[in-house]
Amino acid sequence: MVRPLGILAGLGFVAILLFTVIKGAVAYIGEPPAPTVEHEFHLHPRPLELASDGPLGRYDRQQLQRGFQVYKEVCSACHSLHQVSFRDLTQIGFTDPEVKAIANQWAIEVPSVNPDTGEPATRKALPADKFPDPYANETAARAANNNALPPDLSLMAKARHGGPEYIHSLLTGYRDQAGFKNEKGVELLKEFPDAKTPASLHFNPYFANLNIAMPPPLVADGQVTYADGTKATIDQMATDISAFLLWAAEPKLENRHRTGVAVLIFLLIATFLGFLAYRNVWSGVKH
Amino acid sequence: MATGEQAAAPHTDLADDGVRRRDFINVAAVSFAGVGAVATLVPLINQMNPSADVLALASIDVDVSAIKEGQAIKTIYRKQPLFIRHLTAKEIAAADAVPLSELRDPQTLAERTKEGHKQWLITMGVCTHLGCVPLGAGEGETRGEFGGYFCPCHGSSYDTAARIRKGPAPKNLEVPEYAFKSDTVVTVGGGKA
Amino acid sequence: MSFPWANHYEPKHPLMKWVDDRLPLPRLVYNAVGAGYPVPRNLNYFWNFGVLAGLALVIQIVTGIVLAMHYAANAGVAFNSVEHIMRDVNQGWLLRYAHANGASMFFIVVYLHIFRGLYYGSYKAPREMVWLLGLVIFLLMMATAFMGYVLPWGQMSFWGAKVITGLFSAIPLVGPTIQEWLLGGFAPDNAALNRFFSLHYLLPFVIAAVIILHIWALHIPGSSNPTGVEVKGPQDTVPFHPYYTAKDGFGAGVFLVIFALLLFFAPNFLGHPDNYIPANPLSTPAHIVPEWYFWPFYAILRAFTVDIFGIPAKLLGVIAMFGSIILLFFLPWLDNSPVRSGNYRPRFRQFFWILCIDVLILGYCGGSPAEEPYVMISQLAAAYYFAHFLIILPLLAKLETTLPLPNSITEAVLDGQSGSTLSTNTQSAPSAPSH
Repeated sequence: MVRPLGILAGLGFVAILLFTVIKGAVAYIGEPPAPTVEHEFHLHPRPLELASDGPLGRYDRQQLQRGFQVYKEVCSACHSLHQVSFRDLTQIGFTDPEVKAIANQWAIEVPSVNPDTGEPATRKALPADKFPDPYANETAARAANNNALPPDLSLMAKARHGGPEYIHSLLTGYRDQAGFKNEKGVELLKEFPDAKTPASLHFNPYFANLNIAMPPPLVADGQVTYADGTKATIDQMATDISAFLLWAAEPKLENRHRTGVAVLIFLLIATFLGFLAYRNVWSGVKH
Repeated sequence: MATGEQAAAPHTDLADDGVRRRDFINVAAVSFAGVGAVATLVPLINQMNPSADVLALASIDVDVSAIKEGQAIKTIYRKQPLFIRHLTAKEIAAADAVPLSELRDPQTLAERTKEGHKQWLITMGVCTHLGCVPLGAGEGETRGEFGGYFCPCHGSSYDTAARIRKGPAPKNLEVPEYAFKSDTVVTVGGGKA
Repeated sequence: MSFPWANHYEPKHPLMKWVDDRLPLPRLVYNAVGAGYPVPRNLNYFWNFGVLAGLALVIQIVTGIVLAMHYAANAGVAFNSVEHIMRDVNQGWLLRYAHANGASMFFIVVYLHIFRGLYYGSYKAPREMVWLLGLVIFLLMMATAFMGYVLPWGQMSFWGAKVITGLFSAIPLVGPTIQEWLLGGFAPDNAALNRFFSLHYLLPFVIAAVIILHIWALHIPGSSNPTGVEVKGPQDTVPFHPYYTAKDGFGAGVFLVIFALLLFFAPNFLGHPDNYIPANPLSTPAHIVPEWYFWPFYAILRAFTVDIFGIPAKLLGVIAMFGSIILLFFLPWLDNSPVRSGNYRPRFRQFFWILCIDVLILGYCGGSPAEEPYVMISQLAAAYYFAHFLIILPLLAKLETTLPLPNSITEAVLDGQSGSTLSTNTQSAPSAPSH
């Protein structure tokens, strides 16, 4: 009973699927899908070497501090970092008094309540606070940015394929759309004349749909004067902010690597002992 | 039959099971695994300890410059009420005049304040009986028979040094760890805030 | 239950005797996983995966309970509570990554366990109930994993929930009502999140209960083995303890090594970056995909793109997706070949490998964008999947020539073949060894 019904059901599914495939194949041959401008011109992130790479990687604290400086001076005006607390900065090498000062002098204040009138007010940040948002809410953020919403950066290094490499490529990837060619030598505006970047957007082939609302944030060498004296080329700043944002997204990376090595060594020994015990128990027993 | 004997081999081996079970390698493997199991317990238990954000609020800075003589403020410390009172000279004298033998929980005012800052009485606002918040710190609140704090729940009365004088509370209001960073700012909790 | 030559529980310690006299739990353990449970001596490593699945469940329950101490199941704070766990809770990152990657390990192990069953005919009489209960466990696992993935309330959490609950609206007449009832609203929101949290906490314990039934059902006939030939006598078995406790201990070590490599060195490899973006009902991700262990079923769902005889493609996809699992419930009756193990069914074995490749292809397509060529490949691969179980296996059972079976497990073991094909023995010859 089951088998004949089963065979019937099977034939039904197979018939429907084969019909669908043939219909799809006919449609594909008759009207092959047109290549899209994103597909033809989108670039994958370029490789980026960071100290944190690899299973034994550790952060370069100097680099993280430089990256923080870039965040502070270039990005924080528009982009929040609201999963990170000021006190977390002690992990990248700042002392407690330095962290207190950074929080206290942070340009954006923390929302609070006027104790006398009850009206909304702001107060200076404490180390225990998270980084305050530059805008009160999404509407305010869009109003200040031509209807674009600058995303929070706390998890950006994990929220995009390619992570820090994507961030670095994006920041250094702004191009002039006029004359832009892909590696096949096809020129974008000749192939897709309708894909001209709108006036309010900026062409960046590393961005998913090629046109990003953020104007290039790193425009000149020396835009930031690094406290440690490192030469602040655009590439250097982009690398440093990428490293910093990776730390912001994965502050526990070093703990994770360290613990992982210890656990793995323990487990390899334990498994080896387990293997020997298994062989010992089974010795002489044919199986 | 040769096959039969060979086939029965596992069972004669099993008779040695007692010996095999005490084989060193088996013990070593199981012990090693046991150590691992115990080590696994550590993060499982430690995760219940206060998290970093809770610990960050474990110390606060309070600016006391606005508190006038004779006034007190209530604030929050480790999610509980904290009373900071600016004692008047009369209140200090009254506290010093009490013989220790009369106190359920003998302490001098000097023991409950800091050297050079005797006029600042900083205590938890939690009655040591069953945990209510005593009255007296707020403007207009009754300060009880002894001029300090009064707990409305069961009638515990504290004096001007927040020491228990009458009622069921066993101990004086707790004095938390604190230090004067300057003449106007107190760090309560001793941490790094 | 079990075999007449099984060891009997004799408590040596007076305390154990005291307990056992009042609550026969010690003897239950002894008879289930101790020296009192005879098991075929020729089991290979594919028999480790059942215990490993149990270990994976324990890991998920323990890490899950501990995570639930810090997680907040409210749409406004869920995402932030997970970040709180990752950043501020002591070893929170370890617990969260363990739970997320533990789910993947659970499915890896269970898929290997299922495919072992498919190859060695473990679903055949008298073990049909073991197979059916196992499928129930699989369905519960999928429901649990689906709801668990919604909890962080990231973009994939939200949109995955939207797509899957949206499938219910494809049911004619009552579909939209069922969908609203499931969600407690019109789209995934706080109501859905809270109930998913409640059920996500509950179902693993239901799974544990079904696992007890699953093992109980197994222990009635006892374990099968790579030859598919039933146990004939004490020479065919060894007691579970210490033989398979030792082997499972070693297997657990290998499992934990792989788990540790994932957790500590590639914790986001099997995940999707979009789930690190807070859920936004107004912005659809470029490609909505579920977690990898759902990809084959997702491919089957998306393969149906054409309405047939007025039945909408969406409904066909839903029927096919659920059908692809439901048909497995009928497998013991679809494939009623009296020979169990694929080792002795050469034609079956060839189709089995094609099935494995087919499922891998379906998986790859499920994780890919819904574009050509993946759509056409999914359609062909899905066609094979249904043909394999519903047409090929029943026909094979009727038409195939099988290889001669060994007369017993011991014979297979002593011939040094451990259940692999024998060339000279015929099924009816007396048990004289060939050497």
